[in-house]
Order: sequence, then structure tokens, then C-alpha cells
Amino acid sequence: MKNSNYLLTGLTLPNGSKSDIAISDGKITQIAPNLSAAEGFTKVDLSGSVALPGLVDLHTHLREPGKEDAETVLSGSMAAAKGGFVAVSAMANTSPVADTAGVVEQVFALGQSAGFVDVFPIGAVTQGLNGEKLAEIGAMADSRAKVRVFSDDGSCVFDPLVMRRALEYVKKFDGVIAQHAQDPRLTQGAQMNEGEISSRIGLKGWPAVAEEAIIARDILLADHVQSRLHICHLTTAGGVDIIRWAKARGISVTAEVTPHHLLLTDESALSYDPIFKVNPPLRTQKDVEALREGLADGTIDIVATDHAPHPAEAKECEWQEAAFGMLGLESALSIINQTMVATGLMNWESVADRMSYAPAKIARYVQHGQVLTVGAAANITIINPALTYRVDRDLVASRSRNTPFHGMDLQGAVTATFFRGHPTFLNGKLTSVHQGTSERAGN
Amino acid sequence: MKHLLSINDLSKVDAISILDTAQELARVSDGPMKKLPTLRGRTIVNLFAEDSTRTRISFEAAAKRLSADVINFSSKGSSISKGESLKDTAQTLQAMGADAVIIRHSASGAAQRLADSKWMSGSVINAGDGTHEHPSQALLDAFTIRKHLSKGADDLTGLRVAIVGDVLHSRVARSNVLLLSKLGAQVVLVAPPTLLPVGVESWPCQISYDLDEVIANVDAIMMLRIQLERMSEMYFPNAREYSRYFGLNSDRIRAMKAGAIVMHPGPMNRGLEITADAADGARSVIVEQVANGVSIRMAILYLLLAGNQEFAETGVSS
Repeated sequence: MKNSNYLLTGLTLPNGSKSDIAISDGKITQIAPNLSAAEGFTKVDLSGSVALPGLVDLHTHLREPGKEDAETVLSGSMAAAKGGFVAVSAMANTSPVADTAGVVEQVFALGQSAGFVDVFPIGAVTQGLNGEKLAEIGAMADSRAKVRVFSDDGSCVFDPLVMRRALEYVKKFDGVIAQHAQDPRLTQGAQMNEGEISSRIGLKGWPAVAEEAIIARDILLADHVQSRLHICHLTTAGGVDIIRWAKARGISVTAEVTPHHLLLTDESALSYDPIFKVNPPLRTQKDVEALREGLADGTIDIVATDHAPHPAEAKECEWQEAAFGMLGLESALSIINQTMVATGLMNWESVADRMSYAPAKIARYVQHGQVLTVGAAANITIINPALTYRVDRDLVASRSRNTPFHGMDLQGAVTATFFRGHPTFLNGKLTSVHQGTSERAGN
Repeated sequence: MKHLLSINDLSKVDAISILDTAQELARVSDGPMKKLPTLRGRTIVNLFAEDSTRTRISFEAAAKRLSADVINFSSKGSSISKGESLKDTAQTLQAMGADAVIIRHSASGAAQRLADSKWMSGSVINAGDGTHEHPSQALLDAFTIRKHLSKGADDLTGLRVAIVGDVLHSRVARSNVLLLSKLGAQVVLVAPPTLLPVGVESWPCQISYDLDEVIANVDAIMMLRIQLERMSEMYFPNAREYSRYFGLNSDRIRAMKAGAIVMHPGPMNRGLEITADAADGARSVIVEQVANGVSIRMAILYLLLAGNQEFAETGVSS
């Protein structure tokens, strides 16, 4: 049997204090400075690194079932572990769509057998993501997957009556509707943010108002029926203002932002390289700044990756023919370090909140998002903020290579991930809790 | 310079050099022996993934007058209509030894994708990409304006040009705004607000919603084609109302100042954006634009393929 006792030394905790962490049988057994290794403990020197509670992603496309050429639950789980995640939320837009108990149980089971992270399926709000009839929400909630988050992500729940019913229905089991806010009429054929850049390069514009109008409507609906609303991938300064207003009124709304929307702008489209084509689109520098400010002050509750793998041919084409989406799991924490921590906008305690405590709380993942403390599950993410590395799409753990950060130097590297005490990622190696799968991972 | 993808690829000096070269080449075309041996043995592919008659024929005539071998590759009945990707098409053309690809495509940025990719190594000339640009059209328009109105100057300083109509969907408008302003002209776009892109205020031009306010003060007016499906997309209520506010008719022709010219990139919707008497009247240079197109495209091919020097260094060899 493999050693399951670890002593991690030289760490800084989210609150800034220096500490070592001892792990035994999946739990944190000691957390104090200058611990000495007892017999049977593997000592890991992590001097200069920060220990965070294991990261939780609320927005992940794992593509299985249906698009296994782009990603599988296994390959996506490995990418997640490499990026410091211990739990991901598999979006429902698979084929078949995750709109029944059968599909969500299958995805959940695939996650368990992969053994790198907890894979929590998100259920579809409507059958087939068509926006017309409610999916089997109750059955998915009652299934072994215990679904609590429902989303038609990729499509907006546009019909206000359907949205109202969904918000009301999930109150029965304390669920939440995660809305992909995109007015489909205002974004027909849309390719990129509507503004100066789109006007010049002749790509059909995607106005900010198409996102903001749905956010505003759904906030009012959530308030009216007293339910929980979560806004997926917020991208506009106006959206941040609306969420801020809603929170000040005490409305139960939460919001996420992706790492790419915190770093990239619509100027990327000047290259016409569809690696930068994403839904919702990259916006302007002004929006990026508002999103960073919103994440820092807590208006935006969480970071979520919207990890969206695609096969090569979906991006090796004209912009308007290309698929929307980009990889996110493996680079997420580095980008948060670079855009939020290194810039002084956020400290590590806030990172722990936005990437672990808060997402776990929104999704009711009760075993995740725990403060690093004695007795807690040993879900721990280690980042060395001083380590800079160059992203190489040929070295990703994901089955797809569509990272927009290829060739970019990112500051802050995940060096280890512990999932219930097991090192799923350590010394550059990915290892399943079942210990059967082991593969070398690149940087 | 290897490719011509956007007017942004050209400096003012480059643009003037193309116009000057076209002027020299036009003289050859007017002579008894129209053909030059310059591009003998070179292979030029007309890759037209979107329907086009005049631009394709114009490039074909230009290439043939320079003695190049021309291969026409159109969407209908080709592998493109069978769903072949741009990448595979480009690699096929590369394997066949194309020295240059002239591409017309419905996707904005298709020409740049072709040029930036490693799919082929030849020159890429943008013959219209989606709603982005159509640089050879703008160059022939500038050539036409200069010929009629510049009074011997090599640029367009002091001239005022109105571009009227569906600016939102027009690659001709985008290329012309960039080029004419670069050459010193003052450009004013005239359109209903629905047919101007959000962000247009960042372009180097003026904006007007009122054709009658503008028309008496321009040296050239360029009418853009209105596609009838824009009506069903609610850009304007109906054709009659569009013509009333933005069409060029005989009353508006009379309001223009002496010597002002009327242009249209074609194909025209007679009766919609332009009446027959405006299109065929004394101010119209529309047919001449077509002839100038061949000279301009000869100049582009000549400068991109015949020499390895930068445009600016390439003297006009006559």
C-alpha cells in the first residue's frame, strides 16, 4: 500500500502565516510551524509556496458523453488536478444532454472511477437545452449525483416564464439556476464584442446589453420568487454594476468570472485567430478592469473556468466557422495570481474564498471549500507564486490544445494538489486515487 | 510586402505607388499590344469561395495581361461546396504550386487566416472578405477619384467624398474610409443609423444621417449596394422609404456641385440606391471604375509578384 502520510513544509497559509501541514488518512492532522516528520511520513519541501484549500470549479465542460475526441471525464479530471482543482462541475451540454438522472449518474460515476477530482454533474434546466420544457430536475436532484446546480449553459434560458418556473422549482431542494445570460435575438450570428474593434474588422457584434438585460431580468425574477440565481461568466462592466445593485438590495444572486475575461480583451480578435473566440466574448479593457474590481470587492463571488475543450479542426478555420471556447483548468490559478494577487487587488485569503469556499457553498458541495484546519479533509492546492512558466499547448493534460495562452509567460505555478490526502499532482506527475493511472504531465 | 490583406498594410507612399503603377500600366493597356511578359511562368489562383463576377474577371484579366497562368477555383461545383475546409483547400493550392492566391470569401478575416497560417507559402491578395475589407476596390476607387479630381496632385488632399448606404455590411466602405483618408481626402459616411456599425465613431471620417445636407458639398459620391434582405432584418422599413432618404436620383444629382462625380462599386440595384438616370448620367464614372479595376489589379500583382523589393523602393518601370 502506498504511503498516505505527508508532511508539507515551508508553506504560507491563506491568512499569511507560515506553517507546515501534516496529512494522514485523507485528513489534515497537524497544522503548525516547524513540524517534524514522524515515521512513515513523506516529507515534501514546499518552501516559498502558498497552500490553499482545494480549488472548486463551478463551470467545466468535460464533453463526455458525446464529444470524447475533445475531452473525457478522465482527461478533464487530470487537467483539473494539474490546475489545482479537487472538484469540478460538469456542464450539461453533452450528447446526450444531461437532462435525466441516467446521464448525470453516468457522468458522476465516470468521475469517481477517474479518481482525480470530484466530478459533480450540472443538470440541464430544460429538456435538450431547448429552453421550452423543464428537464427532470427533481429526478436529477434525487439521483446518486445529487445535482444542485442546473444550467442550460451554452444556451440562455430565454423564456421568462420557463426561467421563473425553474427558479421556483429548485427551491424544493435548495438548488440554484446558473444562467448563461445571452439574449438570443440580440446576438444572432454574433462573433465578438460589439464595439470599435468589431466595427473595424467586420465581425458581427455581440452587444454588452444582450448579457446585461438578461441578468437584470433574472435578478428581478429571483427576487420575486425568493430563489437562488447564479450568473455564469460575467463579462461586462454594466453587469458588475447590476449585480452590485442586486446584492445591496439583498437579492440572492451570485456571479462568476472566468480567468480569460480577467486577462484578455477583444483586441485579440484583430488576429482573426479563433483561439480567442469564446462565448461570452472577450470584452474591452474597461470591462476587464471592472471585473477585477468586482471580484476583489466580492460583487463577483467566484472564479470559474468555463474550460471548453475543442478538437483542432474546430479552431483551424475561419473565425466565423470556429467553435466558441477555450481551455481553462490548467492555467486558472496562475492567471488569478497574475491578474489579482500580483497586482495587489486580492490577498490569498480572498483567492481561497473565490476559488474554493464560495463555489463550494453556492453548489452545496458540503465536503469542499473547507478552511485548512486540523480535522478537515486534506484537499489542498499548492501554488508557487514566484515560479514563472511558459504555456505550451503540446504539454497540456487536457485532450484538446485550444489554450489562448500558448507561448505566454504566466506567473505562479501549481506545484501540487492533494485530493482527500492523495497527491493527484506532485513532482510533475498526475496520479489517480486509484493509483492505477499515472501519466507524466508537462509544465 | 508579400500580401495585400487590408488597406492598413499600405503606407501612403505604398498606396500612391500602386496608383502610379496602375497609371503606367493603363497606358500599356490602351496601346496595340496589351500583354506584358512580366509574370510569365507564374501561377495565380482565383479562389472565389463566394459568388462574384466583376472582381474575379477583373483579376483574371489583370493576371493574363501580365502573362501569368490563371486557375479559377470557384465555390460552385468545387470541393468548397462539398465542405472542404479552408486549410485543406490552401494546402491543395500550395501543392499545385500557386505563387499567389486571390481570395474572395464570405468570412471576415479569411484572407488573413490564409496568410498567417502555415497552410501555404504564396502571396495572398484579399479580393473581399466578409464585411471586413476589399482593398483592390478601394484602390481602384481612389485611382478613379484622383484621375478626375486631383488636378495633378498625387494624393487626394482637399477632396470630400461621401459614401452612402449600407456601411455596416460593406467591405468596400471599410477599405475606402481607410484609404481615402490616408490619401488626404475627407470622408463622410451617410446612412440610416441602423446601417452604421457601433464603434464607427472611431473611424477616420465624419458621419451623417442626412444625404441632402451632405450632397452639395462633396466632390465624389459613392453609392453602396443595398441588399434586399436587409429589409426583413428591419434595418429600414421598406425600399421606398430607403430610396426617398438615401437613394441617388436626378434631384440630388442636380444639387451636386460642378464637376462632382458619381461612383458605385457594383452590382447596382437600379431603382433602389440609385436611379437609372443617375447611374447613366454625365457625372457617372461607374463603367470607368470597372476599366480602372483591371489596371489597379495589374499594379497589385506586378508589385507583389514581380519584384522582391518593398513597395516604397519599387520605382515605376515603364
